[in-house]
Amino acid sequence: MIQPALFFSGILFAIGVVGVLTRRNALILFMCVELMLNAVNLTFVALSTMHGVTGQVFVVFVMTVAAAEAAVGLAIVISVFRHFKTVDLKAVSVLRG
Amino acid sequence: MMDAAHPLAGTAAELVWLVPLLPFLGFVVNGLLSLSSAYLPGPLDPSSDPTAGHSGHTGEFASVQMTHHGHRHRWEPLVTILGPAVVIASFLVSAAIAWAMLRTGADTPFVQTYGTWMPAGNLKVEWAFQVDRLSMVMVLIITGIGSLIHLFSVGYMREDPGYPRFFAYLNLFVVFMLALVLGANYPVIFVGWEGVGLCSYLLIGFWFSDQANADAGKKAFIVNRVGDFGFLIAMFLMWSNVGALDFAGVAAKASQLPAGGAMITAICLFLFLGCAGKSAQMPLYIWLPDAMAGPTPVSALIHAATMVTAGVYLIARSSFLFALAPAASLTVVIVGGITAFFAATIGLKQWDIKKVLAYSTVSQLGYMFVGVGAGAFTAGVFHLVTHAFFKALLFLGAGSVIHAMHEAYHEGHAHHDDAQDMRNMGGLRKAMPFTWAFMWIATLAIAGIPPFSGFFSKDEILGTLFARAHDSPLASATWLGIPGSTILTAIYGLGLVTALLTAIYMTRMMIYTFHGENRSDAKATPHLREAPWIMTGPLAVLAVLSLSGGWLNIPALVAERFPVGTAELLHHWLEPVVGQATAALGGEGHLPASTEEALILVAVGVAIAGIAGAVLFLKPARLTRAAAAPPERGVAWVLANKYFVDEFLNKGLIQPVVRVSRAVLWRGIDVGLIDGLMVNGSATFARGVAWVGSRVQSGLVGNYAWAIVLGVLVLVGMMTIR
Repeated sequence: MIQPALFFSGILFAIGVVGVLTRRNALILFMCVELMLNAVNLTFVALSTMHGVTGQVFVVFVMTVAAAEAAVGLAIVISVFRHFKTVDLKAVSVLRG
Repeated sequence: MMDAAHPLAGTAAELVWLVPLLPFLGFVVNGLLSLSSAYLPGPLDPSSDPTAGHSGHTGEFASVQMTHHGHRHRWEPLVTILGPAVVIASFLVSAAIAWAMLRTGADTPFVQTYGTWMPAGNLKVEWAFQVDRLSMVMVLIITGIGSLIHLFSVGYMREDPGYPRFFAYLNLFVVFMLALVLGANYPVIFVGWEGVGLCSYLLIGFWFSDQANADAGKKAFIVNRVGDFGFLIAMFLMWSNVGALDFAGVAAKASQLPAGGAMITAICLFLFLGCAGKSAQMPLYIWLPDAMAGPTPVSALIHAATMVTAGVYLIARSSFLFALAPAASLTVVIVGGITAFFAATIGLKQWDIKKVLAYSTVSQLGYMFVGVGAGAFTAGVFHLVTHAFFKALLFLGAGSVIHAMHEAYHEGHAHHDDAQDMRNMGGLRKAMPFTWAFMWIATLAIAGIPPFSGFFSKDEILGTLFARAHDSPLASATWLGIPGSTILTAIYGLGLVTALLTAIYMTRMMIYTFHGENRSDAKATPHLREAPWIMTGPLAVLAVLSLSGGWLNIPALVAERFPVGTAELLHHWLEPVVGQATAALGGEGHLPASTEEALILVAVGVAIAGIAGAVLFLKPARLTRAAAAPPERGVAWVLANKYFVDEFLNKGLIQPVVRVSRAVLWRGIDVGLIDGLMVNGSATFARGVAWVGSRVQSGLVGNYAWAIVLGVLVLVGMMTIR
């Protein structure tokens, strides 16, 4: 049971990474980050069958932080959209030296 | 040596520190005075000088001619009194010390320690002066002859704008020279050794506004570095192998080294290299003739009477070392003998009166080295003393002549020819009778005519050499496989030939300078006249000394025949210092009286033959003025050009060094390696690394993310593969 779970979380994580690296849309980027977090959560849960309840506790932590991050991140995205009228990150380069 | 029971304790010898201190005070005061300018218009301001229109100034006084006579330095009266007075006072103190030594008969060194210079582990070098019989002979020469030359300088240099500077240097020279001879260990001697080298450099280049004079000073300084290198190495070897640097310590411990072994021979040879540099022996003699660029009193004091004899003094001082190294002693004899001959041949064809005397000095120094090398330390020192008398007299006489020539050219408003070229002189006897007479005395002395002083000293060197060649430890030693007896005999022959040449070139100088018709400018001739008394006075004293100096050390043979006084005074005086070493090298053998008589007759015969030959064959009437003189041909051409040694050294040594320095050291190592590769190279490298780093830090989050992912992949990959 543990092997398919780890395999699945690995694939999820890879999809998230590729999304972060290749996409320029802030919202999609954001979702890919969530994908990676949840891949990690899945790994924690899967491994908790072998290593005890600590992994499951950690999942609760990650979900809490992810919720806070989502709140702040979405607020930034909205504020970026208001300023630039787009959520394409290529446009957000005014601070680049 | 420092025990209170020393006979010199409580006598004037305890004042030995005063001897160098007095001239030092003179140096300080004169040096300070020299910092104020000569007079307000400035020494090189042509508008202040109505005579500046003269052209063709050459030789000495060239800079003096720029300024009108009568313009003296504003402190001239004070300097005139102070400069000579400190040296005379120093002479009086040394005379008191010498008197105390005579009175007490002290025959062991009296060492006065004034402090520790280098306390480093086992090495303890002290500021210490050593009063003993050898150093006192030198101190009396330095301060005595020094006083006379200082007095002469008053007359000679008075019109010079650098008058206080001249006396400051001259006083400083006396200080260092006294430190050299009074030092109780080799490092203190070395301090004096370098100090006199410095003063020599400063005084050769005294008229430094002329490039040639400044170059001559540099040449002297650089050539002397070669010798000083030898002296230093000798001290290093002495310290590491003997374990002491003071004379008493080295003398006591040197015999631990195997006599005649490689180490003691090396020490002596390196020491001799130092002596050859300072005392202008082959192959390092080249600086001395050029040193004549300095004012003539400097030539007399430094480059004839005192500094150049420091090498002879050092070997006599180190006699206990040379006694253990017969091969090194034979080297000294060979180098001295060849130098004496070589320089004498060059002296035959020089036209500059000071150059004749310079080569003569080199030649006579060669004689002294032959003496000390053959273990005849007394004879070498004796010749040093008499040479100081007659060569100082000759140089001061030459200075008097040059002074008169310049004055005559100046007052007659004549074209300024070279005032040192003998072809422009002639017939000066009528104008300068005192100088003429005094210089003849010195000439007869250097030629070795009895009873003048040079006869006794030169004869003693040659006689001892002849005696040593037959039966002595030195004769049974070998030098590169050649038996010592062969070498000594050969050098004796060379010495006789040199004596002949000496008589010839000195007589030639006298004839061309003082006899015949005057060849100076017709406008200048009536203005030739004798130097003032402040210059002829010292000449007179030196003439008396040149005449009577031989009495210091009359051979026993002569003293038996004629009622002239006690025999071998100097020999007995120096016996405690060099007696052991003399016996070790020379043995106790004496020549039979008949042989000794024959040797004296041969030596006198050679000298008379030289003088007579020169008088017979040299006709001053055939000479023309230097400007109109035909070029030399054949052997004369080679001799007049000093065997082209300078040219050869320039082509063979200096130019290659310059070229290698330019191409390799300058362009290759300095510009290429150090500046290019190391200084600028490290900057370029840092800039390159920074460029790479700045490319990495792009500011694009995406790039950073890529880098992180790649890094993770690499790490994971590494863990998987392992």
